[in-house]
Amino acid sequence: MEIILAIMIGGLYAAAVYMILRRSLVKILIGIVLLSQATNMLIFVSSGITRGNSPVIKAEETVLSQPHADPLPQALVLTAIVISFGLTAFALALTYRAYKSVKTDDLDKLRSAAMGGEENV
Amino acid sequence: MTSLVVFAGFFAALFALWLTKKWRTRAGLILSVLPFLQVVFFLYLLFTKTAEPVRMNLPWGDIIGLSLAFNFDGLGLLFAVLISGIGFFVCLYASGYLKGHQDLGRFYFWLFIFMASMLGVVLSDNLILLFIFWELTSLSSFFLIGFKHDEQRSRDAALQALLVTGLGGLAMLAGFVLIGEISGTYVISELFHSGHLLRESTLYLPALILVLAGAFTKSAQFPFHFWLPNAMEAPTPVSAYLHSATMVKAGVYLLARLLPIMGGTAEWQNIIVVVGAITTVIGAILALGQTDLKRLLAYSTVSALGTMTMLLGYGDTLAVKACIIFITAHAFYKGALFMIAGSIDHEAGTRDIRFLGGLAKKMPVTAVTAAVAALSMAGVIPFFGFVAKEVLYERVLQANLWVLAAVVFAAFANVIVAILICINPFWRRPVEISDSPLKTIHEAPVAMLTGPIVLAFIGLMVGVFASGSGEIIKAVVSATVQQSVNIKLALWHGLTPPFILSLLTLIAGFGVYFLIPYLRILLQKLYRLPGPEKIYQLSWQFTLRFASIIIDKLQNGYLRYYLSTIIISVIGGAGLTLLLKGGLQLPEQLLAPRFYEIGLVLIVLIAAFYATIAKSRLAAVASMGAIGFSISILYLLFGAPDLSMTQFLIESLTVILFVVAFYHMPRFADFSSPHARVRDVFIALFTGALMTVLVMSSLGNRIFPPISQYYAENAYLLGHGRNVVNVILIDFRGIDTLGEITVLSIAALGVFALLKYRNRKGSKEISK
Repeated sequence: MEIILAIMIGGLYAAAVYMILRRSLVKILIGIVLLSQATNMLIFVSSGITRGNSPVIKAEETVLSQPHADPLPQALVLTAIVISFGLTAFALALTYRAYKSVKTDDLDKLRSAAMGGEENV
Repeated sequence: MTSLVVFAGFFAALFALWLTKKWRTRAGLILSVLPFLQVVFFLYLLFTKTAEPVRMNLPWGDIIGLSLAFNFDGLGLLFAVLISGIGFFVCLYASGYLKGHQDLGRFYFWLFIFMASMLGVVLSDNLILLFIFWELTSLSSFFLIGFKHDEQRSRDAALQALLVTGLGGLAMLAGFVLIGEISGTYVISELFHSGHLLRESTLYLPALILVLAGAFTKSAQFPFHFWLPNAMEAPTPVSAYLHSATMVKAGVYLLARLLPIMGGTAEWQNIIVVVGAITTVIGAILALGQTDLKRLLAYSTVSALGTMTMLLGYGDTLAVKACIIFITAHAFYKGALFMIAGSIDHEAGTRDIRFLGGLAKKMPVTAVTAAVAALSMAGVIPFFGFVAKEVLYERVLQANLWVLAAVVFAAFANVIVAILICINPFWRRPVEISDSPLKTIHEAPVAMLTGPIVLAFIGLMVGVFASGSGEIIKAVVSATVQQSVNIKLALWHGLTPPFILSLLTLIAGFGVYFLIPYLRILLQKLYRLPGPEKIYQLSWQFTLRFASIIIDKLQNGYLRYYLSTIIISVIGGAGLTLLLKGGLQLPEQLLAPRFYEIGLVLIVLIAAFYATIAKSRLAAVASMGAIGFSISILYLLFGAPDLSMTQFLIESLTVILFVVAFYHMPRFADFSSPHARVRDVFIALFTGALMTVLVMSSLGNRIFPPISQYYAENAYLLGHGRNVVNVILIDFRGIDTLGEITVLSIAALGVFALLKYRNRKGSKEISK
């Protein structure tokens, strides 16, 4: 199963990298979202996985009994999910604003607009 | 306590910035109190404490062998006296020379930084500490040469000096590290006892060459001599101080300091004597044809530095004695002559000896002082320069004929340079040129006269009472060779071979002086031949061109190229490491896949692929959502219910946000060319493959026990919560979570501001 998940992570990375290399800003945004998903899975899977056994201490015990899923990567990923949402929202608003101002989402045209609008605009 | 004397200059530098604003005219006078006190202190130590040198060693950076170690022995103290003594006069001189200059504060700041660093160089007892001070002198020299930074020539000269001495300094650091690693200590006074370890080591020659690179660049030895005459762009007080009396002697000091540690071998003698002798001759040849007073002096300094270096190459007691006396005599007369050149320039408006003349009537005191200093330089009895030349000849008469010829030639050139400086500007009839720059000239102010007069007359006094300074020279030479030696000094030895040779040099010099105007034409033709400076210029131009090519390629302004560069570097670097080190190792026990899990993974993969080729925005967002929700279920299956819930909520929000935002945004368009798309597909596939391998190898390589065990054991006992993930987030790492909330709030504020903001002006500009 680990190998299958590793392949899935690779697939997500491939899609994400392809998308962030586009010229269209909106595609880059989707790329960023995919990149965060892939990275979250990377952290989650690379520390080893178990089926079930969520890291919750049973009612009559005081320490977490074996076997259990690793709680630390989960805490990291949980933070990462929320932060990447903040990032996505901000990037989306920024793209929206840039599009409203410059009327294009083509990065190359954005660049020339930023440089004084001489070329291509 | 004593180390404070070294560091005082750094505080004075800061004080100078304030002081020059407060009292523009008197600042130099007040500041010169510090070097005066220092010279008194160092003289006291030099006269009383050289038998048992004061040493100290305070810990600083033990891990790299760095300590605040100082050694106030004879050699260091002699240099310290020269540095603070001439520093005192230069400080006074500058107050006249740069009177009312708007950047006086900056000047004194760097001058005092230099003074303190230079004291640090000669008093350090730790190689790394010495290196730090050494580089500080290069830096302050850079700022002082480029003091007139509105002139291109100043800036170029400053950069050249910095690059040459700075690169040499780095090589020297590498040499020091070798020395320290071979001997096991960086403390110089300890190295004196373990010199044999170093000399027998196979790394001796590399260490020697690296250290010599530092010493030779600093002391302007051939082929690095070219930076020194160019550094004459600096204001004259700087030339007198840094580029004649002190900084350029740092390399000579270093050789003297390392002599008992690394010296005495065939390599040491061969390399240093040859380089020194070549420098002596080249400096002399280059000096003779100059017409600018400062360049004349600069090249004769190069020649003198060559002689000093050569003497240390021999490294026996007599050679060291000759070197030490020469250094001292040279500092006195060259310092004085540089300041006189500055005074002439200051009063007459030119330094060109072809146009100068008849200044003796208008500047009588300067004229007499120049004569006194020049007589010492020419080596006329009873000046200190004579004593120096006697001992020098005494040593080289024992050496091989080539070296003897080189030294005699340099001394002969020295005589001519001395005559050129003391006769031409002052006693010759003025040249009649219609636009002669000689204007209404008067004597230099007292502040500018004190230094040259005192230095020139010290040169006379020490010569006359040569036997009295024998004790000091003995202490310095003993400290240099690390043996107690017996040295006597006398002015008159009788009609010995050195004296006869000295006399012949004087006569020859005086004779050839009259031929100089004709010789100059010939020499200046010779100077047009390309020298080592050409190599410097070519490599400098090559560096600039190479840099601009690199920058054009890398800083192209396209986000996707920046990203590709980063991604390719990462996959290239990590992939190569994986290939070479073979880190791929799967864990022994793998979970058996179940069909619904495989189904979820397939959904993710298909959706990811579809997101990349989708023609419509909605389809792309939908596949993004499919990926997110599938991953949410995967989290749930593999024991992370909290993640699953969070992912589920966030994914819903993200999808909604995208749908709403995309409504206002343009349709998907394919901007990239097919060629670019194929290239990106390859980059993407390589990245994906590498990440897959990375995940697999990280599963198989568990080197350290997971730190989560601590949380698993203490979540309930310390945090009083049963859900370990939650306890980590809100208890163990509570501050992190606070930071996360802060980030979210800032992002929310940013989103709000962006949506509310109306860019009216911007949109108008674009619509034009």
